[in-house]
Amino acid sequence: MSSRVVELDLATSGVDVQGRPVRVPLGVQGGEDPGLSSEHMLINIGPQHPATHGVLRLVVELDGEVVVRCIPHVGYLHSGFEKLGEYRHYNQIVPLTDRTDYLSPMSNNVCLAMAAEDLMGIEITERCTVLRVIACEMSRIISHIVWLGTTCIDIGAFTPFLWTFQQRERIYNLQEAWTGARLTTSLTRVGGMLADIPEGFEDGLRDFCRTFPGVLDEVDKLLTRNAIWCGRTQGLGVMTADEAVNFGLSGPMLRASGVAYDLRKDRPYLDYETYDFDVPVGEHGDVYDRYLVRVEEMRQSVRILEQALDRLTDGPLNVDDPRVILPPKRAAMTDMESMIFHFKQVMEGVPAPAGETYFAIENGKGELGYYFVSDGTAKPVRWRIRPPSFINLAALPRMAEGQMLSDLIAINASVDIVMGEVDR
Amino acid sequence: MNPSVEALRGEFAGGIGRAEESCGATIVYVEADRLVDVMRWLRDTPEQEYDYLVDLTAVDYRDPERSLEVVYQLRSLKRGDELRVKVALAKDTTLEVGSVYDLWRAADWMEREVFDMFGVSFPGHPDLRRILMWETYQEGFPLRKDFPLRGRFSRAEQVRQALHANPEAHYSLEELRIEQVYRDLPSDMRDRLERGERDQIPALPSDQEAADE
Repeated sequence: MSSRVVELDLATSGVDVQGRPVRVPLGVQGGEDPGLSSEHMLINIGPQHPATHGVLRLVVELDGEVVVRCIPHVGYLHSGFEKLGEYRHYNQIVPLTDRTDYLSPMSNNVCLAMAAEDLMGIEITERCTVLRVIACEMSRIISHIVWLGTTCIDIGAFTPFLWTFQQRERIYNLQEAWTGARLTTSLTRVGGMLADIPEGFEDGLRDFCRTFPGVLDEVDKLLTRNAIWCGRTQGLGVMTADEAVNFGLSGPMLRASGVAYDLRKDRPYLDYETYDFDVPVGEHGDVYDRYLVRVEEMRQSVRILEQALDRLTDGPLNVDDPRVILPPKRAAMTDMESMIFHFKQVMEGVPAPAGETYFAIENGKGELGYYFVSDGTAKPVRWRIRPPSFINLAALPRMAEGQMLSDLIAINASVDIVMGEVDR
Repeated sequence: MNPSVEALRGEFAGGIGRAEESCGATIVYVEADRLVDVMRWLRDTPEQEYDYLVDLTAVDYRDPERSLEVVYQLRSLKRGDELRVKVALAKDTTLEVGSVYDLWRAADWMEREVFDMFGVSFPGHPDLRRILMWETYQEGFPLRKDFPLRGRFSRAEQVRQALHANPEAHYSLEELRIEQVYRDLPSDMRDRLERGERDQIPALPSDQEAADE
C-alpha cells in the first residue's frame, strides 16, 4: 500500500452508536475493530442474477474479498425431461432435447436420433450424414458465440457481445429457413431428418463461412492481446490435466487443460474421421486458455462446414424403411399399405430391440451422451442425459476457492453452462 | 467382449457377476460390497487404466420384481476402451453401494443425483443430499417407476399445499424479533418511541384554521 494518506481526508457523514453525527473517513481503518476484519461474510448470488447465466444460485463465503467456500445450488429449472422421455416414443423425445441445451438445439437432436439408431441398428444415408455434420457444426458455432458474447459482458467488455449476437442471428435465420423454428428446431427423426435443406440454404451458409472468420479476427484483435482482458482471465480457475480428467470435465474445459481429447477424433461418428480439422489444446487450463480454445474451435467448425458443403450430393435423405420413416402424406391418404404403416407408426411407435446403448457426441459444451435402455417396446425404459454443463459446473467450487469474488464471475462464465441442461 | 472382464474375473473371482454385450458395449455386473475395490483396481492397474468416469446413473426397470441397477460408464482416455459396470440392488434390501467419490471427484454431483432421483445412498460420500429437488421435498424419488408421472398428489392438492405452506417454518426468525431490536436501540431513541413526539410537532396552519372553525 502507498504511504500517502490523502484518502483520510475523504470522509462521509455518518452517525456513531449514540446517534451523534460524525465524519467517517473512507478506506479501511486497520486495527480499530479486529472483530469485523476476522469475520467471514456469507453472500448469496442468484438465482436471479445476470452473471449466473440462468437460474444458478451460488452461496459464497468470503474472507474480505477472497472466496473461502462456494456452494452452488441447482435445480430451479428442473423439468423432469428424463421421466417424460420414458412415456414417449423415440421420435417424440426429439422436442424435449431442444429444451435441454437450448443454445445448440440441433446437435442435441442429432445425438438423440443417433442414439436411437444405434439401439435399432439403422444405417443412415450419405446425404443425411453430411447434413447432420452441418447441423452439429452450426450448433457448435452458435453455442460458442453466445458464450463469447456473454463472457465479455461478465468481464466488462460490451462491444463483442453485439458483434457475436449479430453473427448468431445469421445462423438463426438459416436454422429458421431449414426447420421453421429458431430455437425449438426438432430437426431429426429416427432414420432421417425432419426436412431437406431449402433452396438458397447452401449459398447462405457459404456466405456465412466466408464472412464469419472476419468477425472472429476483429474479436481476436480486440481481446487476445488486450491488457485488461488478459489481466481478468489469465491464471484464473486453473485445472491441471489430471484434475480435469478426475473431475470428468469434457469439451473445451478438458482441452484447455491440455488433454487432447475430442470425441470427433477419438470416437468418430458421422464420418468425422474423414474431415480435415484440428483440435485446439490449451496448456494452462485457465479462463484465458478456454477462451482461446473456443475461438479456435469456431474457426475449425467453419473449415468443417466448408468441407461438408462440398460433399453435399443428391441422394435420398431418409432411410428406405417404412417401419421407421413415415410414408409421404399423399401415399398415406391413397395407398392402403402406406396408410397401415402410417397408422402403426403414429399409434404404436417404432419398437427398439431389448438392449441398451450409450451414445455420445462432442457438443459445444462438452460430451453430450444419451443412454437408452429398451425392453423391446416403443418407449425407452430409461433415457439418461449425460449433461456436460452439469458435470463441468460441479468443478466450480474447486476452481473458485481462493480466488477473488470478481474472478468468481469470470470463472463461472468460463465453464459455459446452460441451466436448461444442468437442471434438465 | 472387452478383455477387462476376464482380467476382473481372475482378480476378484466371486465379486464379478455375469457379463453381456449390447450395441457393441460390454456390461459387467459387480457385487455391491466389492464395487469400490473393483473400481479402484480398474482405475489404477496399468493394463486397465480406466481413468475417466463418463457417467454414473441408475435404471429402474418396468418389471417391479427386477432389481434396481446403478450404472457406471468408464472410459480409458489413453486406450480408448469403454466398460460399463453395473451393480444390481434388490428392491427389498437397503439400496446402498459404496461411493466412488474418492476415486473420481466427477462422482460428486452424479451420486447426489442418483440419491435424489432413485433413493440409492452412497456411504462414503461427504455431502449426500438432494440436488435437483429441494431439500425438504417429501414425495419420494421421482425417477422410480412406482412414482407417477404427474407426482404423488393431484394438481388441486399440489396447489392447496403450496397455498397453505408456511414459509416461516423454513427460516428461523428468532434473531429478527422486534422486542430484541427494540432493546438494542439507544436509550434516547427508545424514550422518544415510548413517549411519542406528536405533541411536540407544531400543528400546521391549515389544521389550526380547521380547529378554529
